Amino acid sequence: MPTKTFVGVFDSDRAILAAARAAREKGLLIRDAYTPFPVHGMDEALSLPPSWLSRACFALGASGLAFALGFQYWVSLFDWPMNIGGKPFDASPALIPIAFEITVLVAGVGTVATLLVFRGLLPGKPADLAALGATDDKFLLVIDGQTEEAQRAFYREHGAVRVEAVGGGAR
Amino acid sequence: MSTSHVSPLREPLVDGVKDLGQITRDVCGPLDAAPTAAWYAAFAAALCALSYGAVMVIHQVWTGIGTWGLNKTVGWSWDITNFVFWVGIGHAGTLISAILFLFRQKWRTSINRSAEAMTIFAVMCAGIFPLIHMGRPWLAYWVMPYPNPMGPLWVNFRSPLLWDVFAISTYFIISATFWFVGLIPDLATMRDRLPEGWRKKVFGLASLGWSGSHRTWQHYEMVYLLLAGLATPLVFSVHTIVSFDFATSVIPGWHATIFPPYFVCGAIFSGFAMVLTLMIIARKVMNFEGYITLRHIDAICKVILLTSMIVGLAYSTELITAYYSSNHYERFAFINRIKGPFAGFYWMMVFCNVLVPQALWFERIRRDVRVLFLISILINVGMWLERFVIITISLHRDYLPSSWTDYSPTYVEIGTYIGSFGLFFTCFLLFCRVLPMIAISEVKGVLSYARGDQDKESRHAH
Repeated sequence: MPTKTFVGVFDSDRAILAAARAAREKGLLIRDAYTPFPVHGMDEALSLPPSWLSRACFALGASGLAFALGFQYWVSLFDWPMNIGGKPFDASPALIPIAFEITVLVAGVGTVATLLVFRGLLPGKPADLAALGATDDKFLLVIDGQTEEAQRAFYREHGAVRVEAVGGGAR
Repeated sequence: MSTSHVSPLREPLVDGVKDLGQITRDVCGPLDAAPTAAWYAAFAAALCALSYGAVMVIHQVWTGIGTWGLNKTVGWSWDITNFVFWVGIGHAGTLISAILFLFRQKWRTSINRSAEAMTIFAVMCAGIFPLIHMGRPWLAYWVMPYPNPMGPLWVNFRSPLLWDVFAISTYFIISATFWFVGLIPDLATMRDRLPEGWRKKVFGLASLGWSGSHRTWQHYEMVYLLLAGLATPLVFSVHTIVSFDFATSVIPGWHATIFPPYFVCGAIFSGFAMVLTLMIIARKVMNFEGYITLRHIDAICKVILLTSMIVGLAYSTELITAYYSSNHYERFAFINRIKGPFAGFYWMMVFCNVLVPQALWFERIRRDVRVLFLISILINVGMWLERFVIITISLHRDYLPSSWTDYSPTYVEIGTYIGSFGLFFTCFLLFCRVLPMIAISEVKGVLSYARGDQDKESRHAH
């Protein structure tokens, strides 16, 4: 574990993308990139697999649907069958609106909760590299597994406006 | 980021030469300064309306809803009219944030934040009316199926009114979630630019340690897309279910299969009119003319024009269906609508919703904010009248001529309605002062749209 993290500071999405692509071609390990908006093309540069949250969303939606339908059938058929004008207890079309709403509710809220927990986005959590302007107009690149000199040289060579050294703990 | 060259084919989404830092300063800057006199005046007015409404609500809960002008024949009127009116207004926010996102309409980025806020506040206003109508709002939790000691006792899942409870509460929760997810990166921007102090602490808590990490952005973008995909059918389902409250009944004028698409379209129509009203004020008051450009206003107008014509088509379809049905009661309901004691409201509605928006065919009018402001107000009035026409006029002359009656609202109903506007504008004005009104990170992402940026253009090309 190195005691310091070296951060390449870029001032445009094009510059950081070019640098990240170059790092990938050189076989360097990119720890992360910090940007004010999602820079498209960075997924490939960081060799990230597609997000698995779409499958989580489907699973959550399917369980919401199963729960809503199951619960409504259980109530309407077994636990509290209400005779309303002689209409059938298991009037399936009438159960669809609520089943749909619960599906959307569970899938939506569940997926967001999964994102927040999985990415560690929780209240009171300190932000990484918050002072370097990645939420304003700076684009930060952090590469791993190199000596200080190699990292500084790489950032400079690929158009970083400056290189910042951040003490220890930044993940 | 080079911004000197402007594409001959497309207008840029952001006016004036700006860099990323300037966007942050432009959007967050007004939040640091003290509110303007105009803001204080508007806030005071909104607060007055809200307080008056609160007094009215306390009065009617204390005394009972006999304080309303309802009677045996007209069992629903202003309360449900206002409910449908506010829910409808909310729909434009979801349309802008979710549906335009799925269609990759990048111009939405400047207005989606405030349109979503509008949705949330409008749904809050809507929720008040059924709540009060219960008469004993402290028992409102009875509409939820919860385990209880009263034997096996559950709500009736086959009732459209219960579907409504689920639709509106899901809509509120999902809209609020969507809004918050969109806000997280901007809350972090606020956190990082504020000096040490309690505001920085609050934004620090709310931004959940967001750092702009691309490994998070990747999943974040997927979640945003999924939420948009879920919110899109949701928004259609909500007003569909609201229309089921009427369509599944046996009242002539309500019992119509055209209701779900008719209501959804009307909702989008009225919501966009409200978006137009709010945006015309906001861009002026907050100096956002470079972000909410005339191009945005123009696009909103085109949506209004389209939905206006669909609503007009629905009005005529209703009349033709009633005539063609050869059903005595159905025909009477519509003759009563266009020639009965409330006919003035019907024709006012047609004027506001069908005739007035025709002016939007002309580009000169689509870019004249003063005329547009007037048009947007007329549409808001017209869409309120539409719900009044559907609800009250269909009820007041029912199957039995002996029970025919008139209806007029009492000061309590009017006061509650004014109060709901007070709640809406109080929330909206607070939102303008506390949170970034424009989605900063999204606007940064579209800054180079239609501007000379060789690398970007070549990337878009493949």
